[in-house]
Amino acid sequence: SRFTQQELPACKPILTPKWVISTFLLVGVVFIPIGIVSLFASRDVVEIVDRYETECIPIGSRNDKLGYIQGSQDKTCYRSLTIPKKMKQPIYVYYQLDSFYQNHRRYVKSRSDQQLRSASKEGDTDPCKPEATIDGRPIVPCGLIAWSLFNDTYTLTRNNQQLNVNKTNISWKSDREKKFGKNVFPKNFQNGSLIGGGTLDSSLPLNKQEDLMVWMRTAALPTFRKLYGRIEVDLQVGDVINVTISNNYNTYSFNGKKKLVLSTTSWLGGKNNFVGIAYLTVGGLCVGLAILFALIYLIKPRRLGDPSYLSWNRNPGGQ
Amino acid sequence: MAGGRIRAKIRRSNLYTFACYRPRASEEDGPHDIHGPGYSRMVYCNQPRMHEQKPLKYCTNYISTTKYNFITFLPKAIFEQFRRVANLYFLLAALLSLTPVSPFSAISMIAPLVFVVGLSMAKEALEDWRRFIQDMKVNLRKANVHKKDGVFGLKPWMKIRVGDIVKVEKDKFFPADLLLLSSSYEDGICYVETMNLDGETNLKVKRSLETTLALDDDPTFKEFRASIRCEDPNPNLYTFVGNFEYDRQVYPLDPSQILLRDSKLRNTGYVYGVVIFTGHDSKVMQNATKSPSKRSRIEKQMDKIIYILFSLLVFISLISSVGFIAKTKNELPNWWYLQVPDSAGLFDPSKPLESGFYHLVTALILYGYLIPISLYVSIEVVKVLQALFINKDIHMYDEESGTPAQARTSNLNEELGQVDTILSDKTGTLTCNQMDFLKCSIAGTAYGMRASDVELAAAKQMAMDIDGLSQTGTPHSWEKSGVGFGTSEIQLETVITSKDEEDHKPPIKGFGFEDSRLMNGNWSQEPNADVILLFFRILSICHTAIPEQNEVTGAFTYEAESPDEGSFLVAAREFGFEFCKRTQSTVVVRERYSSFQDPVEREFKVLNLLDFTSKRKRMSVIVKDEDGQIFLLCKGADSIIFDRLSRNGRMYEEATMRHLNEYGEAGLRTLALAYKKLDPAEYLAWNEEFTKAKTSINGDRESMLERVSDMMERDLILVGATAVEDKLQKGVPQCIDKLAQAGLKIWVLTGDKMETAINIGFACSLLRQGMKQICITTMNTDALVQDSKQAVRENILMQITKATQMVKLERDPNAAFALIIDGKTLTYALEDDMKHQFLNLAVDCASVICCRVSPKQKALVTRLVKQGTGKTTLAIGDGANDVGMIQEADIGVGISGCEGMQAVMASDFAIAQFRFLERLLVVHGHWCYKRIAQMICYFFYKNIAFGLTIFYFEAFAGFSGQSVYVDWYMLLFNVVLTSLPVISLGVFEQDVDSEVCLQFPALYQQGPKNLFFDWYRIFGWMGNGLYTSLIIFFLNIIIFYDQAFRSGGQTADMIAVGTTMFTVASWYLFLLVYGELTLALDENAFRILSEILAPAPIYWSTTLLVSVACNLPYLAHISFQRSFNPLDHHVIQEIKYYRKDIEDRHMWRRERSKARQKTKIGFTARVDAKIRQLKGRLQKKYSSMGNPAVIQQAEL
Repeated sequence: SRFTQQELPACKPILTPKWVISTFLLVGVVFIPIGIVSLFASRDVVEIVDRYETECIPIGSRNDKLGYIQGSQDKTCYRSLTIPKKMKQPIYVYYQLDSFYQNHRRYVKSRSDQQLRSASKEGDTDPCKPEATIDGRPIVPCGLIAWSLFNDTYTLTRNNQQLNVNKTNISWKSDREKKFGKNVFPKNFQNGSLIGGGTLDSSLPLNKQEDLMVWMRTAALPTFRKLYGRIEVDLQVGDVINVTISNNYNTYSFNGKKKLVLSTTSWLGGKNNFVGIAYLTVGGLCVGLAILFALIYLIKPRRLGDPSYLSWNRNPGGQ
Repeated sequence: MAGGRIRAKIRRSNLYTFACYRPRASEEDGPHDIHGPGYSRMVYCNQPRMHEQKPLKYCTNYISTTKYNFITFLPKAIFEQFRRVANLYFLLAALLSLTPVSPFSAISMIAPLVFVVGLSMAKEALEDWRRFIQDMKVNLRKANVHKKDGVFGLKPWMKIRVGDIVKVEKDKFFPADLLLLSSSYEDGICYVETMNLDGETNLKVKRSLETTLALDDDPTFKEFRASIRCEDPNPNLYTFVGNFEYDRQVYPLDPSQILLRDSKLRNTGYVYGVVIFTGHDSKVMQNATKSPSKRSRIEKQMDKIIYILFSLLVFISLISSVGFIAKTKNELPNWWYLQVPDSAGLFDPSKPLESGFYHLVTALILYGYLIPISLYVSIEVVKVLQALFINKDIHMYDEESGTPAQARTSNLNEELGQVDTILSDKTGTLTCNQMDFLKCSIAGTAYGMRASDVELAAAKQMAMDIDGLSQTGTPHSWEKSGVGFGTSEIQLETVITSKDEEDHKPPIKGFGFEDSRLMNGNWSQEPNADVILLFFRILSICHTAIPEQNEVTGAFTYEAESPDEGSFLVAAREFGFEFCKRTQSTVVVRERYSSFQDPVEREFKVLNLLDFTSKRKRMSVIVKDEDGQIFLLCKGADSIIFDRLSRNGRMYEEATMRHLNEYGEAGLRTLALAYKKLDPAEYLAWNEEFTKAKTSINGDRESMLERVSDMMERDLILVGATAVEDKLQKGVPQCIDKLAQAGLKIWVLTGDKMETAINIGFACSLLRQGMKQICITTMNTDALVQDSKQAVRENILMQITKATQMVKLERDPNAAFALIIDGKTLTYALEDDMKHQFLNLAVDCASVICCRVSPKQKALVTRLVKQGTGKTTLAIGDGANDVGMIQEADIGVGISGCEGMQAVMASDFAIAQFRFLERLLVVHGHWCYKRIAQMICYFFYKNIAFGLTIFYFEAFAGFSGQSVYVDWYMLLFNVVLTSLPVISLGVFEQDVDSEVCLQFPALYQQGPKNLFFDWYRIFGWMGNGLYTSLIIFFLNIIIFYDQAFRSGGQTADMIAVGTTMFTVASWYLFLLVYGELTLALDENAFRILSEILAPAPIYWSTTLLVSVACNLPYLAHISFQRSFNPLDHHVIQEIKYYRKDIEDRHMWRRERSKARQKTKIGFTARVDAKIRQLKGRLQKKYSSMGNPAVIQQAEL
């Protein structure tokens, strides 16, 4: 058959100058508008970042931040943010941690997906050490990730009126429906001698614990943002938002930053100038290359299929 | 067979001068004194039961060339697999993955390894199975073995035991090494063809002991008992020492009584023999060396790359370990959420070095993705598929024998594209071992119209070239040279037309003569009819053949010692001189003078027969015709005959000489015929002396005979010359021409005589007239051999140095040298101190022909070329004598379809005809080379790109050894996902189609020059991989740094980032499918694409951006390369694309002719040389006329 004889028609793209230049131009023409659109989209995003980990420690305790955070006094702290530009709802509230290695191998592995999914697999705590069991009883949810759950809370008010932060649907749908069981309830959680992070309401099944679900999606980089909630009203220019933070989470032992972020999104996501810039760069590069090739072809054209370029014609006498 | 033929029962030995009397000298010596080690073998003839127990239990006649058997397969094959460094590494990694050190789950490490190793082993098993089947075919051949009480029955070869009596019939192979007891001839002689052993086509005479002559009947073996004590099995084909004890008497045995396995009984009805060596003890099998496992050049280079990658791996592992130690020591205690130290001590800040060590192991496994585990298996898959294409290629299918090409081992496919030197056997490879009587020159007149293959091929080429040239820029000069070309063109036309006519006639085997002047008795009208008559008589009388009559048709066939002789007899028969009977002392020829006359039977009394030996190079018979006149009829090599002509016998010398040169040029084998009328008295005097010499029992009997014969063979009268075509296989000259154009060097290694070899050299245009032949021989120093080897060696060394200087000093760029060397000389030339000089000389010569070489020497020459030049060699042959060479060369090609499978069994590729070699190399070799090279480069590229991203990520993960990708992604990435496109690249990539490959043999040079797998290219790809990895990683990281990546506001988690990065190098579809299916397998990757990533425009935009950014430099690079520095195949692609080849046929043809590598062999070169010659003449003519313009053109 033609297949076994290797005679099937083959497509052998010839890189003709026309083809090369038009390809580069095409890429450029496609990329530059994308870049511009991305930049505009990114520009429309309004983002307020407030770093609070130091500010939230009373001046007197700043020499011993660790002692402060591990102490048992009231750690409430007040911050106020001014809205620089009109923010349309939904406005997303994030917390951002720095130098927190959620991607550390020891950390990433320390969870039991079986246990999270179904109540019958409660005892599957093998990978969770050292947060697997307490006195022989399994911890649900087990593992370092759950144990170190972020537990700062934010209360936002505008003009002394509470801003409602919607904390539902901040996790992934598949997490709620498949990965976290609806009849798995927290057990023995944070009961050990060493308290890590936040606690869980043991009357709610895991698939209702959205903060946990968000936290359990480990971040790729040591600097990461996680969704805290949504504000579903518009914020006007000049609005002052007062935030009451209960500053519980220990990032002080590793000098990690904590930030509160309010941000709108565009179709592209959050504020991200880089995509636009990268597109513009690549697009520009392509156009540049196209021009370069065009110039070269103009200056030093080579007739396609010109036999004088065959090796035996170029070095007379052959090899 | 026996029923259909009548055979005169004669004592053949009486016919021969040199073999006629049994030398008795040895019998006087008594039995060999053989005792002690090396001579321990005892054989009890006809009592095979004696050999069923130790210590007389010898190995069975079962042969096996397989690598494994059922029991050893598993351990051996596994061992083979893990000899590959990469596999061993992966095995270690898989073992370690069972410990907590591993960054991956155990199954994801073990599964690919099992898959990869299993696949390779399955392939091994399949190949070994095929070998087993081949062996069984041989083992199950039937032989006639004495059962008991004088009854013989058929038995498969493998069941034959030592001591068995075997009856072998004509044209059958000997099943084991036998001691000849008796034959169908009274005097116990038999003829053996040893082509499978040493490639020689002339028959060898074997002779039984006199005591066993009586055992020539089945029933006589009822009571036969004897014993043999002899040497132990050894590979020496030409020696044998043993004693035969029979009737309480001991007789010495020598090699002439031994019939070797795989040689063939010829011209003899049957023989009886007793089995001495069976199976692997037999000399042939002892000669067989273990087939070495060959690896291609590319694969070796690939190993180096793997080592580079290993170093890179260790390097980055060390970096990340150092990073890890620093982090662990300084920062880890602060990371409370990790709860260090852990129980296993992997993350223990108080013992950073210990943890660091564990981490090093982890890192080595983690970055293992730099080394493509699936590389070997993908290459293997690709090669198997390529081999399949080779096997299926219809252009390499031989319709006559129904055998397709066969890639027996598939690991050398790409090596086919890099061959530099071809070492070819002659008989059965270049030629079909069939002689055709083609032309003759009688009394100074040339007869025979048909052209030889060589002439035809050359004529065709010339016609094409002239056609082409007259259209190109120099029509001017050609028109003017009409004088010079007119004649040659006329010749061409006759040549071509005569060929066309001939095709309609049924060919007679061995007879290709065509000339109405001699046929059908027309010769009697020729001017020199009496000389012609004599010529025919010499043909029909001067030989040693026996006629055999077919009872049904009454036609005669002849059993001749050499095919030349056979063709003479056939020719004589066709001319009307039918040799029909030989008795002890007479030859009867049925002569028919013209077609309407009845034939006359004439009887010639053969008085003496002076044999042919390679030293004498002639044979003569002395006959007395019915009128009582005594003639000496002689035929021999022209040089010898011309030396022995009488003064009045030189009448036709000049014309005959010219014809002989022409025949030689046409690639024909020539012999000169002469006669002499003897005076009865003179004869009687001579005969007395001759008889005395014959019966002398001194050691110098032979030299005496020679001297006496020499006395007689003098003062001859030249009659004419014959030209026999050693029929080349179809398409051989064309194929050699193409291969030469592709820049390949061709060496011919043959066991044949020098003259034959040279003739064949001419026939396949490896030699041509005007080529300077450098013959290095020991012929002239023959006498000295015994005296001092040193002298011989010095002599040869001198010859070599002289020749080298001659070559060096040659100024004419068109001068070509041919080196011809014989086996005896080779033994010296291959010695350590001389071989490099020899090689240097040989490399400078356009063609090299080695004649009279033993199988071992073939292998040695091959090794010399392989190691001396460091280039890829290809050996091609058909017989068992080529096995060594085939195994030694980088690529061994066997010619299948003939008898004897040894060569094929040892080969890597088997083709049915030599001419398929062209396609195998130029088309398949070229493709395979390119495909594999590109595929490997791509493999390394992708793995570097992939592996390095893991490394970068480490820096962001505290060097903890966490991978950014999900285990299964990585696994599948390597084994399945990226393999498939690469494999399809490796199987289907085609730069130019096969036709173009054949038209532009110069494209082949891309392989030997290694254009696609040189370090520049490899590092280019590696650099590209590095760039890609950087782009992929950092673009992704920056884009996904901390921002919500969806309008939904969710931020990206690790898997999202990993998946996005992964996508760049992978397939969207796969991710979708994987996400849907694998809830059970992996929690994290669940629906990552469909739910999380797909709705996010930034995911799509990022992947688009990254893929474009990755490919941008490569695209720019190739565009640039192609535009300003195109390779040949690019240009040809373009020409094809624009259909310029059709629009501008002229240019196309011109390029095609230019595309030939400059070569000095092949008929194209021959034609070129001729044209040059003509041009030279023309130039002289014009320069004498003072016309510089034309000279310039002529120089073009």
